[in-house]
This record gives sequence, C-alpha cells and structure tokens, in this order.
Amino acid sequence: MAVPGTHPEPLRRDPAHAVVAGVCAGLAPRLGVDPLVLRIAFVAASAAGGIGLLLYVVCWALLPVGEGEPAGLLVAGSRLPRRESTMVAAGIVLLLIAVLLLLRTWGLWLSDVVVWPFLLAAAGGALIWRQSQRSEVMETPPAERARPGGGAVPRRTLRLARPSFAGAGLGTTLVLGGGLVFLWLTGALTAARDVVLAVFVVVVAIGVILTPWWLRLVRGLTEEREERIRTQERAELAAHLHDSVLQTLALMQKRADDPREVAALARRQERELRAWLNGGRSGEPRRTLAGALEAVVAEVEDDHGVPVEVVAVGDCPLDEPMEALVAAAREAVLNAVKFASRAPISVYAEVDGDRVEVFVRDRGPGFDLAAVPADRRGLRESVVGRMDRHGGQAHVHTRPGAGTEVELVLPR
Amino acid sequence: MSAPRVVLVDDHQLFRAGVRAELEGLVEVVGDAATVGEAIECIVATEPDVVLLDVQMPGGGGAEVIRGVTPRRPAVRFLALSVSDAPEDVIAIIRAGARGYVTKTISGPELADAVRRVADGDAVFSPRLAGFVLDAFAGGMSEREVDPQLDQLTAREREVLRHIARGYLYKEIAQRLSISTKTVEAHVSAVLRKLQLSNRHELSRWAVERRLVE
Repeated sequence: MAVPGTHPEPLRRDPAHAVVAGVCAGLAPRLGVDPLVLRIAFVAASAAGGIGLLLYVVCWALLPVGEGEPAGLLVAGSRLPRRESTMVAAGIVLLLIAVLLLLRTWGLWLSDVVVWPFLLAAAGGALIWRQSQRSEVMETPPAERARPGGGAVPRRTLRLARPSFAGAGLGTTLVLGGGLVFLWLTGALTAARDVVLAVFVVVVAIGVILTPWWLRLVRGLTEEREERIRTQERAELAAHLHDSVLQTLALMQKRADDPREVAALARRQERELRAWLNGGRSGEPRRTLAGALEAVVAEVEDDHGVPVEVVAVGDCPLDEPMEALVAAAREAVLNAVKFASRAPISVYAEVDGDRVEVFVRDRGPGFDLAAVPADRRGLRESVVGRMDRHGGQAHVHTRPGAGTEVELVLPR
Repeated sequence: MSAPRVVLVDDHQLFRAGVRAELEGLVEVVGDAATVGEAIECIVATEPDVVLLDVQMPGGGGAEVIRGVTPRRPAVRFLALSVSDAPEDVIAIIRAGARGYVTKTISGPELADAVRRVADGDAVFSPRLAGFVLDAFAGGMSEREVDPQLDQLTAREREVLRHIARGYLYKEIAQRLSISTKTVEAHVSAVLRKLQLSNRHELSRWAVERRLVE
C-alpha cells in the first residue's frame, strides 16, 4: 500500500499558475512556501549578478511540465492575437534592452563582447526551444482514416506546424548570428576568414556532387514504400475475398437445391461486401440511428431470408429513446416478415430537426386492424407500448390487400 | 402502345444475357454493347427509345456514353442500372443526364415497367435514390443566389419522394395523396430536373462526404 507522503508527486513545472514558465509555481508547494516568495528570491538573485536568471533557466530546462492549461509569459503568444503577441514580444525586448543599458551605465557589466552575443544566442535558443516543444504535441499520429479492410499499416507522421519552420529558422539564425558577433568582436573571425572560405567552397562543391544521388535515394525509398503498401493492400484484398466471397460461393454450390437459402446467402454476402467496399468494418455497427437500423435489419435478413431495404435520410446519435425506437422498428420488421410471407420490406427513417420517423412497410396481404383480437400482444405491446413509454407514437396503417405500414414517431 | 426499343450497355456479358432473358417479350431489345465506344456506335445506329446503362464500365463509364450520344441523338433516354448504390455514383450519372436509377437486383417485370416509364419521358426513382435526394436537398443553402426553381424542393415534391422512399408505387402514392398518377410523375420529373440542373454545390460534396462516413 502506498502511504501518502512516501511517494510524493514528482517535481513539475506548473504551467496553470505560471507567471513566466511555472518554475516557481511548481517548486513552491514542495518547499511549502508561497510562490511569490520564490519569485522575489529569483528576481533578487537575478539582480545580483544574474545567478537567479541562470538558476531559473536551468530549472525550466530540467523540470518536466505538469498538467494544466498553460498560462504565463512563455505561452502568451499562443493566446493573444498575432498582432498583439508581436507587440508584447517587442515590448519585452525593449524593456530588456533598457534594463541592460541601465546596468551598463552603472558598471554592473561583464563586457560588450560577451553580453550582446549571449543575448542574441539566448533569444534564438528560446525560439528553437519553444518550437521543439510545440512540435512534440503535433507528433501524435493523426487518427487513422477508415480504409477498406481496416488493418492498414499505421503511418506515423511528424507534422511540424507550418509557422514553426519560420520560428526555428529565425532562432537558428539568431544563435549563429550571436556566435558570429562574438567571434567578430573578439577578432577571431578575421584570422579564420581564409579557413572559413575554404570550408565553404568545399561544402558547396560536395553538395553539388552529392545532391543528385541524395535525391535519387529519397525517390527510391518513396517508391519502395509505395510498392510495399500496394503489395500489402493486394494481400489484404485477396485474404478478404478468400474469407468471405469464396466461402459463400462454395456454400451456395452446396446448397444449390435450396433457392431460399441461396438467395439469403447471396444477399448476406452482398451486404458484407458493400460494407467492406464502403470502408466500413463488419461486426461493428455505427453508434447512430441509421447504423443500428441497418444492423437490426441485417440480422432479420439473415434469420429469415427476406430482403429488407433500409433508406435513411439524416442520422443522429443512438441514445436511449433511439434504442427503443430501433427495438420497436425491429419488432415491426419481424411482424412484417411473419405476416407478409416473402414480399420485400421497406424501412424508411427520417431524422428531422425535432423528431425522428421510421416507417416499416410490407407488400403483404394486409389485415383488418379492428378484427385483431385484443389478446394478440405482438404489435400492441412491443411496438405501440414501447413507443408510448418513450414519449413517441406508433400507428399501424393497413387494409386487406394493401399491405401494412407501421409508422413510428419519436420527438428528439 | 408498342413495346419500347431498348439497347443494353454492360461490360459483363453474363449480366447482359440475364437481363435480355428477363426482358424477353416485355420490351424489344434491339442491341447490346460492352464498351463505351461500342455503345455509342450501337445507340447512334439503332436509335432506341431507352438505353439501359451500366454505371461502372472501363473507359469512362455510363456518363461517358451519355455525353457521347446526346449531342447526336438527343431523343434517346437513359436508365442507369448498377450494382453500386454509392451516392456519388448515383448522383453523377443522374446529373450526366440519366432519367432514372435502378439497382441490378430489380425483378424483370419491374425493370420493364421502369423502361416503359422512362420511354414515356418520366423519371424513375428507386427508394434509395429518393432518400439520397431528400438528404442532399435537406441542408439549407447558405448562399444568397438560391434559385427556388432549382435549389429547393416544394412541400409536395418532398411528400412524393418520402412515399417513394417508404416503398410506395406511383399509383399508391397517387391514391394516398388524392392526386392522379400523372401528377405524381410530373412531381418526380420536376425533382429529376432539379437534381440535374441545380448548382447546389452541396450536392456533390454531400455525395462524397456521405460515402466517407459509411
């Protein structure tokens, strides 16, 4: 048994209560002090030679981020409109420069050679850091689209948000620029110029030579991958056809003396193949009204071998009243199967703004509704009663010789 | 009235033979064809009343046949006959100019009836097609340039389509709505015209989306 306290929560940054990056907010509960105390301490330590700033950056880099809606300066940009976030960034930069100039006149200053390049590089580093953090979120693979056959190769794609390239580019430029400025200020650049030029020329030459090969390699890899996917799809298709269509055809040959059975088999196979071609997964009816109706009808078709056509206009999620509606529709279809012998049955469902209607119609002999004895509970209880209980209505329209139609209405 | 003259277009020889046998004595089959090119030649040469047209064929499919024939023989009418019940196939062939759409599981007498109807200039809607149309015209159009003549169904047309989707025959619909069968046919033809001419951009988008969720 874990005793509270023996396994304390790991140290995390707390972006939900962050002012800058949530370091203080994350540390404070562990140390048992108010975050404000820590913040003041950090600011004071920063003023005294920058130790605080350094410590803060180290903590920020080391502490994993905790849960919570991010707040604070570092994510301000993502929550402000673009223009405003640029203004905020510009403001922060100007403030920083003002503070630095102030420190410079006071003499709290290392040297121009160190501070300015460091600042440039730090700004660039921060940019890159932020972008890399964001791209991690994007890395989760996009939901696999339904494809014929389902079990496809899951493709993992790293998608960087588009602006992140610009951000990362700017960051890299700033870091490199910082380095160059440092070299230039210390005078190391003039000495290194000849070497740099030589290296540059060599790199360009190698690039020119290798680029065609590299392009061909990339193209070859893509082709190879496409070919593999194609082969896989072909294998899948063959497996599916073998499992379903060939099996059914074999079964039909064996049952050739029973036309009813053959028709039912053919119909079932047709339905499965259609579902498969349309990218649905068999055995997993959609959790919607139309999906449930189709599943119910498929079951009745299988059990009784009577063709039932479902036409659905609109759709809605399957909640409890809708399930009752589907159950009532199922009873109506079963009733039609029983009394209309082998005549085809139509099921029509329409989802309107405020109500759902389902019609179950058969072309059977029909009957005289008034002549049905009161103790016959089939339609009355399982259809009419069920609809009543869920605030809906059921009507039976029938006349001898004109078929039967059961109308189910349910408000949403 | 004499039996309508029919050309069969389908790339499956077995299916053509089956339909020919089923329609024997009900309509006059004057020719058949297996490819788009053959079909166009055959139809132009025989000038049938109705072409029974497979939707999916190599080389462009049924829509290509309609496009090839109509400029040269505008009087020929097309009835699409397909195994596919995918909305984008249905909507595409109707918009190409077919006057009706039935699935290949239809019985011989029903098919002959549908052919006669198309020969008379009426439209043939299966319950499924009626459902598609109701679905496709359901969303309110957001654009300002809604043409009520083309982009919306009247209450009566909607009622007729709902009955077709529920499995009623034209004459049963006429009885239920206390109108003549001719009026029912007129409503269905009007819907067909809207389906063909409406520039509801939703129509094609709807067909594609519908397939994606199925």
